[in-house]
Amino acid sequence: MTQINVTVDGVSYVDDVEPRLLLVHYLRDVLGKTGTPIGCDTSNCGACTVLMDGVSVKSCSVLAVQADGTEITTIEGLANGEWHPLQKAFHEEHALQCGYCTPGMILASADLLRDNPNPTDEQIREGLEGNLCRCTGYEHIVRAVRRAAQAGAGQ
Amino acid sequence: MIPAKFDYVKPGSVAEAAQALADGGEDAKVIAGGQSLLPLLRLRLSFPDVLVDVGGIDELRGVTDAGDSLLIGARTTHYQVVHDPLIAEHCGLLAAAAATVADPAVRHRGTLGGSLAHGDPAGDLPAVVLALDGTMVARSARGEREIPAAEFFVDYLTTALAADEILTGVRVPKLGPGWGYRYEKFHRTAQAWAIVGVAALVRRSDGHVAEARIGLTNMGSVPVRASAAEAAAAGVEATAAALTAAARSASDGTQPPSDLHGAPDYRRHLARVLTGRALVAAAGA
Repeated sequence: MTQINVTVDGVSYVDDVEPRLLLVHYLRDVLGKTGTPIGCDTSNCGACTVLMDGVSVKSCSVLAVQADGTEITTIEGLANGEWHPLQKAFHEEHALQCGYCTPGMILASADLLRDNPNPTDEQIREGLEGNLCRCTGYEHIVRAVRRAAQAGAGQ
Repeated sequence: MIPAKFDYVKPGSVAEAAQALADGGEDAKVIAGGQSLLPLLRLRLSFPDVLVDVGGIDELRGVTDAGDSLLIGARTTHYQVVHDPLIAEHCGLLAAAAATVADPAVRHRGTLGGSLAHGDPAGDLPAVVLALDGTMVARSARGEREIPAAEFFVDYLTTALAADEILTGVRVPKLGPGWGYRYEKFHRTAQAWAIVGVAALVRRSDGHVAEARIGLTNMGSVPVRASAAEAAAAGVEATAAALTAAARSASDGTQPPSDLHGAPDYRRHLARVLTGRALVAAAGA
């Protein structure tokens, strides 16, 4: 077992973990943060995307021990008293149907807007190339990200 | 799936990491960003006894101006390669190709050194470093050595690195004035591996091609240079017609793989077409 110190959604945790434990399993099974879903488990779909020290990572492709000393933000920690502009925009633009890809889409979008607060539609599509939606909701997702950008989500 | 059990060490320096590898022998494996290794661990296609995590070694990160070349630390992420001003100025081809690797989340974790040491001929950066005439810098408890890219890629997922060696960096010669470049990648979906990729560098002089260098992705068990097309392009007028003609020999001597994404003949066709496009773009023709 290896001891890790991680801050997740603003709370510090110290845990002994097996080195082979994936970050997504640590979040879900150890911390009970099931807001981060497991989609493909092959690093293709992006459903398990979280922010690690402010940038997007696929939590199925990070070992929990690699997250030692970092700050993780999941979908559960994005709202700050009220919904994050991206959460509002996804709601208002109907940017989800089944919702399975949504946590990953929103956190990947947060990373995209951090990098580029005013992306073009093409840049939004490129920024979300690592996130799959099987309800074919891409049009609405792009619209939601554009709306969140206009609301200053990346500022 | 969950990876098989392994022991885990996180050294604080290259010397400590080299010692951990020397102690671990053939069953020790280096992990940096883990974006190539973790999928293999999860599928249990790889099951090392010891994982040596170099993620805490800061000396492996960053880009240094070394005079006529850049020394890029092995742990420099794809994201950093894409955004580094020295790389943009002196070997923009590397940044252009790194921007096409997988997707943003993977580019935040995945590293240049990891991608090279993984030795996947379908990876984008091996062919690029080959075309750039890069040199790998490797260290072990026995000392340091430099390995030219042309000798580094030995076979599918196999490099010239010994079991106790760590890739610490890549030395890339600066491109002088007159060089243009292009990475052309053909893939089925946005984040998929290249079915074929072409890294082209062209030095123009007086409206002619003074020199062309072409690296091919996924056209064999290792990244290869399209030597016949390089020779055919050298000296021709920098026009689309002449460069497209030179690209017809881009697949000569290649032994591309056959898989779900394409048969060898299809890949040879792609190599010729993409080389033409890459040369034309690199030459600004």
